[in-house]
Amino acid sequence: MTTEAPEAVTPLFEVFVRSKQGLDHKHVGSLHASDAQHALTLARDVYTRRQEGVSIWVVPSNAITASDPALKSDNFDPMASKVYRHPTFYDIPDEIGHM
Amino acid sequence: MYTQAFDIVVAGETSPVADDGDVQTAFLARIARDEKIEPQDAMPEAYRKTLIRQISQHAHSEVVGMLPEGGWITRAPSLKRKEILLAKVQDEGGHGLYLYSAAETLGVTRESLVEALHAGKAKYSSIFNYPTETWADIGTIGWLVDGAAIMNQVPLCRCSYGPYARAMIRICKEESFHQRQGFDIVRSLCEGTPAQKAMAQESINRWWWPTLMMFGPHDSDSTHTGEATDWGIKRISNDALRQKFVDVTVPQAAFLGLTLPDSAIMWNAERGHYDFGKIDWDEFWRVVKGDGPCNAARVSDRVAAFDEGRWVREAAAAHAAKSALSKASLKVAA
Ligand SMILES: [Fe+2]
Ligand SMILES: [Fe+2]
Repeated sequence: MTTEAPEAVTPLFEVFVRSKQGLDHKHVGSLHASDAQHALTLARDVYTRRQEGVSIWVVPSNAITASDPALKSDNFDPMASKVYRHPTFYDIPDEIGHM
Repeated sequence: MYTQAFDIVVAGETSPVADDGDVQTAFLARIARDEKIEPQDAMPEAYRKTLIRQISQHAHSEVVGMLPEGGWITRAPSLKRKEILLAKVQDEGGHGLYLYSAAETLGVTRESLVEALHAGKAKYSSIFNYPTETWADIGTIGWLVDGAAIMNQVPLCRCSYGPYARAMIRICKEESFHQRQGFDIVRSLCEGTPAQKAMAQESINRWWWPTLMMFGPHDSDSTHTGEATDWGIKRISNDALRQKFVDVTVPQAAFLGLTLPDSAIMWNAERGHYDFGKIDWDEFWRVVKGDGPCNAARVSDRVAAFDEGRWVREAAAAHAAKSALSKASLKVAA
């Protein structure tokens, strides 16, 4: 049994995969690796075994700054009243046709 | 597979105390609205603890689940079967990773979870404590064990905890290949020589009951299912899933010309389901509590693999430290 010193914690990386040329990289999950290069190799083995991607980004998880979920309504609710930002807010006469 | 965790609380793990009412009420309202809970969201301590237990047991099951099959990779009867089995076992390792990552979002380290497994303090699915004695067992595991796992895992794709649900979606996408390759092995044996068919039948005889046990105790004996249901973690009960599994498997076995080792299996037109016999729950609890045919071997194999891999982890860490250092000195020199 392993009862010696506790294992050192290997850094955590977030993995982003571009599924097809021309599309955005999308977050697919995370993994542990000793460094970024190692993380890339592991990400290829874990997240693209069925041709799920053509490009991979890895980012140390602790490099990500996230918005506070407690401020969700402060941050995002005000946009609900700004309907004029959407094209559907405006009436276009039928005579004009597509705009 | 591996939702036995709802029913199997590890000794020494106490149920956490109730949280303050505010968190609880707001949380239950979100669950009722079918909202997903994300890592930074407020959640009751009991929900967090239940998820850690459930997700980590699930992760351990994926990882320990590589052992019964891994031993057959070199003995698979053809290059094609070797490649397929290798790919399947590799998938299971990946499933373990997805799930450990999901558990880590709840504020535990993977290292601590793995340590608990190695110390014999954490559980994993009872099914992996049975031996794989013949090549037919590899077919049976894919067909029945992965089949039962899929039945269990599909509803988890809708579970309330975002990271767990997303991991399950990824896993379910990969599982269906596992079941089909297993069915394909069993089918080849059934269409082969009488000896091959007999090997398939003998394998089904051994795995059928342990597979039914994978769904966990009867709903009437399942003490934690209530909470797990209220919290949107468990969507379908143990007995309902088990019945569904029996209903789809009986015709498949008939197609293969195999007999399921239960004389009570019979179509019940009134219920619209197959009836089946009584499960030996003593055996189930014996295996869960550590007394199955392979419990000790599974844990010691995991510990050995971990210990033998230590030098690799240490070398990778040393390499990372060294290249970080040389990058830093290049910057100074520039
Ligand atoms: Fe799996
Ligand atoms: Fe599987």
